[in-house]
Amino acid sequence: MIYKELVVIGGGPAGLSAAIQAYEEGVQDILLIERDFELGGILKQCIHNGFGLHIFQEELTGPEYAERFIKELKKMNIEVILDTMVLEITNEKKIIAVNKELGILNIQTQAIILAMGCRERTRGALNIPGFRPAGIFTAGTAQRFVNIEGYMPGKDIVILGSGDIGLIMARRFTLEGAKVRCVVELMPYSNGLTRNVVQCLEDYDIPLYLRHTVIEIHGKDRLEGVTVAEVDDNNLPILATATYIPCDTLLLSVGLIPENELSKLAEVKLDDRTGGPIVNQRMETSTQGIFACGNVLHVHDLVDFVTQEARLAGKGAADYLSKGKVDNYADAIPVRVLKGVRYIVPQYFQGKEMLNGRQELFMRSVKPMDKAKLIIDSDKGVIKTKTLNYVKPSEMINVALQKEELCQANPNYLEISLQEVGDRS
Amino acid sequence: MDDVIIIGGGVVGCMIARELSKYNLAITLVEKNEDVACGTSKANSAVIHAGFDAKPGTLKAKLNVRGNTFFPALCEELDVPFKNNGSLVLAFDDEEINTVGELMERGKTNGVPGLDYWDTDKILEVEPYLKKTVRRALYAPTAGIICPYEFTIALAENSYQNGVKYLFEAPVTGVEKITDENLVVRTSKGDLQGKYVINAAGLFADEISKLAGAEEYQIIPRKGEYLIFDKEYGYLAQMVLFPTPSKISKGILVCPTVDGNVFIGPNSNNIDDKTDVSVQREGIEEIISGGKKIVPDLPLKNIITSFAGLRASSTKGDFIIEASQKVKGFINVGGIESPGFTSSPAIAEMIVEILINEGLKLEKKNNFIPHRPRKYRFREMDNEAREKLIKQNPDFGHVICRCETVTKGEIVDAIRRPLGARSIDGIKRRTRAGMGRCQGGFCSPKVLAILAEELKVKPTVIRKANGGSEVLLGKIKEYL
Ligand SMILES: Cc1cc2nc3c(=O)[nH]c(=O)nc-3n(C[C@H](O)[C@H](O)[C@H](O)COP(=O)(O)OP(=O)(O)OC[C@H]3O[C@@H](n4cnc5c(N)ncnc54)[C@H](O)[C@@H]3O)c2cc1C
Ligand SMILES: Cc1cc2nc3c(=O)[nH]c(=O)nc-3n(C[C@H](O)[C@H](O)[C@H](O)COP(=O)(O)OP(=O)(O)OC[C@H]3O[C@@H](n4cnc5c(N)ncnc54)[C@H](O)[C@@H]3O)c2cc1C
Repeated sequence: MIYKELVVIGGGPAGLSAAIQAYEEGVQDILLIERDFELGGILKQCIHNGFGLHIFQEELTGPEYAERFIKELKKMNIEVILDTMVLEITNEKKIIAVNKELGILNIQTQAIILAMGCRERTRGALNIPGFRPAGIFTAGTAQRFVNIEGYMPGKDIVILGSGDIGLIMARRFTLEGAKVRCVVELMPYSNGLTRNVVQCLEDYDIPLYLRHTVIEIHGKDRLEGVTVAEVDDNNLPILATATYIPCDTLLLSVGLIPENELSKLAEVKLDDRTGGPIVNQRMETSTQGIFACGNVLHVHDLVDFVTQEARLAGKGAADYLSKGKVDNYADAIPVRVLKGVRYIVPQYFQGKEMLNGRQELFMRSVKPMDKAKLIIDSDKGVIKTKTLNYVKPSEMINVALQKEELCQANPNYLEISLQEVGDRS
Repeated sequence: MDDVIIIGGGVVGCMIARELSKYNLAITLVEKNEDVACGTSKANSAVIHAGFDAKPGTLKAKLNVRGNTFFPALCEELDVPFKNNGSLVLAFDDEEINTVGELMERGKTNGVPGLDYWDTDKILEVEPYLKKTVRRALYAPTAGIICPYEFTIALAENSYQNGVKYLFEAPVTGVEKITDENLVVRTSKGDLQGKYVINAAGLFADEISKLAGAEEYQIIPRKGEYLIFDKEYGYLAQMVLFPTPSKISKGILVCPTVDGNVFIGPNSNNIDDKTDVSVQREGIEEIISGGKKIVPDLPLKNIITSFAGLRASSTKGDFIIEASQKVKGFINVGGIESPGFTSSPAIAEMIVEILINEGLKLEKKNNFIPHRPRKYRFREMDNEAREKLIKQNPDFGHVICRCETVTKGEIVDAIRRPLGARSIDGIKRRTRAGMGRCQGGFCSPKVLAILAEELKVKPTVIRKANGGSEVLLGKIKEYL
């Protein structure tokens, strides 16, 4: 049995920042476990730039962004084991992991930070009818083939879903000389960042078909084409609009799912809206001493917010280890989601003495709004409002609540809503 | 020159190959695909039926009940997961109760052991997620579930160890009588000569029989579509749950798999194209509505994949297992629709008798190897056993497929085994890498790299399955 004070699972930007923060807060005995052969997580395959605008006021590539944290981490006395897969965790904070050199590792720790990232939604989850040939890839898998392995999964491409990875790959494939025929999106708006729609599609004259979907896959061995159709108000295909588009490759960029198989083993409660753990303001899950941050908690569009959230988790774990176990978890203030908001993190505030100076709230809207009013309401009346411009479901909203604002009101619950300005309903 | 040439590497062809490999014979199995278990034997309900369905007196009835009895020992011998979990036929109204009564009688006539009626309480105690209005069920203790491709692959591996030769990617284009004694089988990879030819070509058995000039019959493909749910919902069904059958099909079932998933399906629709295994929108709707009649709360957001299989339904209505009267030495095994998988061991037994009748001299081998090489399933091992294994071979400490916890050791083994995997799908069927919730998103680049390294070829050569299904189309910078 190996004994540790804190174990961080996952060495992407979330795990890196969380470990660094915990160390800076005084945790001595930290182990970071990563299943890949190097640190950096998904960032290693994101060779485009656009990382770090908030944190470094610079446009870095994914690997560059990760490298800054990896360097910092290496200066600290934090133990890292690579090529090691965590297989199991328990609510007693026992961890079982495996690697080639050491075999099965049994670890007992006092606190855990979950930072396992997410996985991509697949064709099966969408139930696209048709054959099952080669040539259908999730956008992230295609990104890995191109950027890490140096191979082209295809040269004549249709992209389903306008998530950021799909948009980035539309540009990447075009630059590599492949033809990208179109991006097909079910919703009436893109699911990616506006800047990616502009820089990856518009700049290359790649059409984006909104309110469309792929209704059939053709080709028995390798993909030969897809049938695309417009959808009606119930998102059902309008068959009269069906068009056949020949292609050898279909990329799916239809959403990411937080990877919480391990969390479930430790009886961590999950939020149906985020797909990640329910956490309090210090990113602590329903299992005390287990924290979560990054894409395992909810899917992020910007890595800067991942870092910000991971620092909260790192500090939370440090606080927990120094005094935590006596903290008062009982008087929790739930943060409820009302009209206009798809989800919110954290889902509750807990223990006044555990509050930070600033309480970060991360949320997403249910639909795009040119101008929206964010209202933080409670049983004691409205606590805060803020007007926001150009709200989109694909761009996370981050607002902070000062400790005083919360303590003065002393609410029993909070209710968050987003109202479109000009919408009187 | 072979004694026996088998056409078709489905469960029927491979079972016959394995049975015949117990004797001193020269045998070749010819398959048009790149691997065994690429036809109907990989896409079916995987139920080892008890045998109450088929009409008494038919070959289907006789071979099903007999075939069923072989599975526990056979799966033990070949190290294939098999679960004898029993089946229920569910009745929700008076008419269905009547039909279930008829099935009970039929089952007794067919010689199915242990049949019993269960009442609502008993049913819901075992199957709490079932629709509460269920009134009665026919319980069959001898029914079970199996992994159909793993079983077929195991038969092929073991017969290969015992000397059967396999010729892949070699579609048969003709069968001719060249002398009184000998037949020639023409394939895209050249001609084969043999004394006996066994036609186990599944959906195409009618065409092969016609090519050979033997008896004519027609096979009509009848499609069955399926949806599989995430393992997380494996608790929804314990046993094989059938609705009360209609005249044409056993209906849409809710059924666990040996690997812990639950599926719904199949529907049953005649089609024209024997290679059309596409899943259609209407089909998906049909099986969902069918599944909901048994388990109302299906986790439709947690479907991991869909697939379809084609029943080889013959115009004769029963299995066609006989030596040709027209072409001596040619033996038909056609129309092997459900319960064909279950019947396969009994079919092979019957083929041995037919061969003896047709004059083949059989002499048992004294060096027959009954077991295939040991297979490790990391996912199912305890940590002590895992630890030991990793000490012997560190590749077993390297997890490649995170959803199904498949290690590099298992993938390398799948390639190096007898009749090893050559494709991504071959690896998938042998190890389950890529069969989980992320459907290979995470592991397929790694599996591809291991295949290329082991087979000593370029990554661009690696295929998903057959020729033309290459995964990568080139290196970057090649299209600029
Ligand atoms: C393709 C893509 C493009 C993006 N583009 C941008 C952009 O342009 N700009 C921007 O600011 N943001 C971008 N983002 C968003 C942001 O970078 C990510 O959300 C962020 O990288 C998530 O970090 P993470 O640490 O939570 O997850 P990850 O980076 O996925 O890290 C998780 C790590 O955990 C490890 N792990 C998981 N399970 C286990 C286990 N059981 N045992 C051991 N280790 C495990 C994984 O190997 C991985 O290294 C992009 C995201 C993606 C996916
Ligand atoms: C929807 C569905 C559900 C079913 N459920 C069950 C069940 O629960 N229990 C049960 O017992 N049975 C079930 N069955 C039936 C069972 O799957 C089949 O009876 C069995 O798999 C048939 O095996 P086979 O070897 O005859 O055919 P196949 O597996 O189709 O094998 C035939 C092989 O012949 C090859 N071939 C064809 N033409 C040529 C050629 N010209 N040259 C070379 N090779 C050729 C093909 O490539 C193929 O590999 C089901 C079937 C279906 C479709």
